[in-house]
Amino acid sequence: MSKARLTREQIAERAAMELPDGAYVNLGWGIPNLIAAYVPPEVTVHFHSENGILGMGPRAKAGEEDFDLVDAMKVPVTLLPGGSYFSQDDAHVMTRGGHLDICILGGLQVSERGDLANWRVPGAKGAGGIGGAMDISVGAQKLIVTMEHSAKDGSPKIVTTCSYPLTAIDCVDTIITDLAVIDVTPDGLVLREVAPGFTPEEVQELTEPKLRYSAKVPEMRLQRR
Amino acid sequence: MTSKEKVYPTIDAAVADIPDGATIMFGGFGGAGFPNNLIQGLARQGARNLGVISNNCGTGEGELGLLFKNRQISRVIAAFPGPGAKYFQEQFDAGEIELELVPQGILCERMRAFGAGIPAFFSPVGVGTEIGRGKEERVIRGKRYILEQALGADYAFVRAYRADRMGNLVYRKAARNFNPIMATAAKSTIVEVGQIVATGSLDPETIVTPSIFIDRIVQAEGKRYV
Repeated sequence: MSKARLTREQIAERAAMELPDGAYVNLGWGIPNLIAAYVPPEVTVHFHSENGILGMGPRAKAGEEDFDLVDAMKVPVTLLPGGSYFSQDDAHVMTRGGHLDICILGGLQVSERGDLANWRVPGAKGAGGIGGAMDISVGAQKLIVTMEHSAKDGSPKIVTTCSYPLTAIDCVDTIITDLAVIDVTPDGLVLREVAPGFTPEEVQELTEPKLRYSAKVPEMRLQRR
Repeated sequence: MTSKEKVYPTIDAAVADIPDGATIMFGGFGGAGFPNNLIQGLARQGARNLGVISNNCGTGEGELGLLFKNRQISRVIAAFPGPGAKYFQEQFDAGEIELELVPQGILCERMRAFGAGIPAFFSPVGVGTEIGRGKEERVIRGKRYILEQALGADYAFVRAYRADRMGNLVYRKAARNFNPIMATAAKSTIVEVGQIVATGSLDPETIVTPSIFIDRIVQAEGKRYV
């Protein structure tokens, strides 16, 4: 299959369309970190950072960095009007307590029933690290995972049962990849959209569990194509 | 009752009596709000076999990295040791450090519970994962929860923006992070601050950590704080 899958930026662009006006949102590491740049100008989203920021704005301009104002990736950021600072426990009152409307995380594996594995590759060197991912996964009103559809070795990342250490069980609502948008439902995985040029059958071939889909699956919409 | 003098003349005086084997909480996240002066003081002081409770384990020689480089730490409870924690990772891979990984919000809540006199609590975080393994599980109103234990320490090393001489604290931006929680959860809390001001000069409505949680105050050095 030599057709072009979506780029990481295009996955981020598609994911940004899932953010409704007025939503309180946490974005994780990796592809999710690219999403803020694609929020359409007519949509206002309030970004949360687990180190105690609500109303987080864009990255600080060179020369204007304040190293007491950094995001969860240590990048100097800004605060928008109406933003606030608080302690890490209050930040997680917001995550675990179900106060965030949408959280978007990266993923290593997602299972058929919406289990997420995203913090440790088995056998990798080092201690690994959980960070805020478990609290966020458990508490999000809606959890979206953005990731490549296939692992580097070509194996599916959407699997029947996760073989990697779990972040949380039964937590993922939607998966957005370089090939598809897939919803996790009580009846299994539903293929909502396919990447331009790909057929549902081609996506199914690269997905371990069975996908449900209608006769006509629309192509993934991107804002700036 | 007379008021005990909490302001210490130097960083070294503030950490002079930390014994070998002590368990210490360290505030800070993402480079902001770390008690770096106290960490450097502890490196000079040389206490060993320390237990550390912290979100991460330093960046190179920075932050807690210095204490790992000096091999002063033998036990760690952390949420995200960090790929940049060179000295920690080397000693962890060599089997020289005992590590308990804790989800970040649960790390907060275990300390908050300890400070609030709650010995343990049920949490949804980590259910069905390796974090829940071996922990008591209960179904409450139809959902699964695991029992998490409160977490205290001998000392908390924290960083604040301003303190008055009684130990009321205000923080600056995202440098607040873990500092106010840890201040409540240790037998003795030592704060380094950018500025020590007269008692009564901080607006009581804006005080984040009230003085009751603070035992020692010391002026920090360095250009980061105004």
